[in-house]
Amino acid sequence: MDVVNQLQRQFIDYSASLHREGFLDDQFTQLQKLQDDNSPDFVVEVASLFFEDCEKLINNMARALEQQQGVDFRQVDASVHQLKGSSSSIGAMRVKDVCVAFRSFCEAQNREGCLRCLQQVTHEYSLLKNKLQTLFRLQQQILAAGGSIPVVE
Amino acid sequence: MGNMATQTQFHVLAVDDSLIDRKLIERLLKTSSYQVTAVDSGSKALEFLGLNGENEDEERNSSVESVSAADEDHQVGVNLIITDYCMPGMTGYDLLRKIKQSSSFKDIPVVIMSSENIPSRINRCLEDGAEEFFLKPVKLSDVNKLRPHLMKGITTKTEMQSNTNKRKGSEEIQSPDRTRPRYNELEVV
Repeated sequence: MDVVNQLQRQFIDYSASLHREGFLDDQFTQLQKLQDDNSPDFVVEVASLFFEDCEKLINNMARALEQQQGVDFRQVDASVHQLKGSSSSIGAMRVKDVCVAFRSFCEAQNREGCLRCLQQVTHEYSLLKNKLQTLFRLQQQILAAGGSIPVVE
Repeated sequence: MGNMATQTQFHVLAVDDSLIDRKLIERLLKTSSYQVTAVDSGSKALEFLGLNGENEDEERNSSVESVSAADEDHQVGVNLIITDYCMPGMTGYDLLRKIKQSSSFKDIPVVIMSSENIPSRINRCLEDGAEEFFLKPVKLSDVNKLRPHLMKGITTKTEMQSNTNKRKGSEEIQSPDRTRPRYNELEVV
């Protein structure tokens, strides 16, 4: 069982670092608590939906901001609002925080500011995606070794 | 009256245009042992209830996910509606108004969710009949607040079901006449 303990330790440490570095907030922990034997893949499923959503919305924003004839900031804002909502629901704190700033730039109709935020949000999204994939891989390894996934408060 | 005996679970209708939020609310509700039907718009919600301006007694075949088995002689039994505020087309507030104006459904408790903490919005919803207003992301502690509203509905439901069996000519539009407590201070969870 030493392997399981090691993996669980890794998982706890990695989880803690994600929280400490602001990638995840308490909402993510809430999601983990909702996962049970009836719904063992709940967190992975929600995360997958989130990543799909991110990509779609980021593309929408990029397209809208590209319009040389005149940017429809309401359209950009609508996508940012959606992304802010989903990131908040999953506990993706850094992504959410960028969205907050992003909305201000939309309101101010500041194209440069928006483009910067778009870059930031893309960056944060891909960082988070990598980190969650690592976390989920650890989870899988623990389960495969016959252990259970510790809930990190 | 075999209905009460067979109704072992409360049935909640969840309305949200966000797929992620639908998945989340569904999980929260199922964890609390509620039966859930989740739809992505106010109009689909009304359609599910059989309330779309046409004959409300007509049983409707719904293409929505996890459709509950409708009782044979009654419409689908929904004990509570929880809806997002910000939705394209019909907002949660519009949906609230339509429910409260419906003679058949005005007694179904309605709860509103929103990612935005706007006191005037919150007060307006509560004044116009919403039982609760939850700030997103919705937590298990919020869902725990639903139970008293659902328990309250048990007696009204039986009356409601016997009412909706009678054929009605046209939809009665009633202006909401209730005095709701004004919430000056809202507990933000």
